[in-house]
Amino acid sequence: MAAIPLSWYLLVAAALFCIGLYGVLSRRNAVAILMSVELMLNAVNINLLAFWRYNWPDGTAGPVWAIFVLTVAAAEAAVGLALVISVYRNRDSVVAEDLDLLRN
Amino acid sequence: MAVIFVLISILTLVSGFIVVTNRNLFHAALAMMASFLGVAGLYVLLAMGFMAAAQLLVYIGAISILVMFAIMMTRRMMQTRETPFNSQWRWGLVTSLFVFGLFAYVILRVWPLTDRSIVEASDASLAGIVVQMGQDLVARDLYAIPFELASVLLLAALIGAIVIALPEKR
Repeated sequence: MAAIPLSWYLLVAAALFCIGLYGVLSRRNAVAILMSVELMLNAVNINLLAFWRYNWPDGTAGPVWAIFVLTVAAAEAAVGLALVISVYRNRDSVVAEDLDLLRN
Repeated sequence: MAVIFVLISILTLVSGFIVVTNRNLFHAALAMMASFLGVAGLYVLLAMGFMAAAQLLVYIGAISILVMFAIMMTRRMMQTRETPFNSQWRWGLVTSLFVFGLFAYVILRVWPLTDRSIVEASDASLAGIVVQMGQDLVARDLYAIPFELASVLLLAALIGAIVIALPEKR
């Protein structure tokens, strides 16, 4: 079985990361920004597991690290969405550029 | 193998693109689920079925549903008529394309497209990886402390999310 070159995985992960980066930089809705952040975290996980499989498949560092990323992503999503709902309740908006309380 | 990889990659990237460009947030959330599914497929191709299952449970089962709840609770912001992008989206596009070019340059310099080298793992070690991971996660000299810290983090996130989203008492 011919293995897929490692660079294919890395390129897909890089593309997914940059799609997420574009979403973070350009979306107005805070929920959409959080969704883009989740895409970026997924791209990182693909990289971790690809490097693990292609270079150190006998160790467990890659998958364990990926699981920690998963944990942090879950915590981030819960707190982030709670913040969005709280902001929506107080400011009646989830558009990122309306949230300028700290500016003045 | 390569055909499956390309199909899964296309699913992942196309639905990822829909996530960041679709005007309708709910459709974007559905596309995000498809993208997570594609990533789970990539995990399977990387011989990590456990992570694929965790991806299905945590990302598709929990995080996507949480996002959908948030979208429905902030429903009035779902209006599809106004633009979903802010004024700096061109610079965002330039930045992300530049970053992708940088990544691709480095990746192709270090790992050429034709480099099929892979460290062969015995089937026994790949099959026993979940057992090994479980033992390593609670081994004192490996990941026991990060493991406990992760549980504290999850507890803090649980309490924090409830406290933040709690309505203020008048």
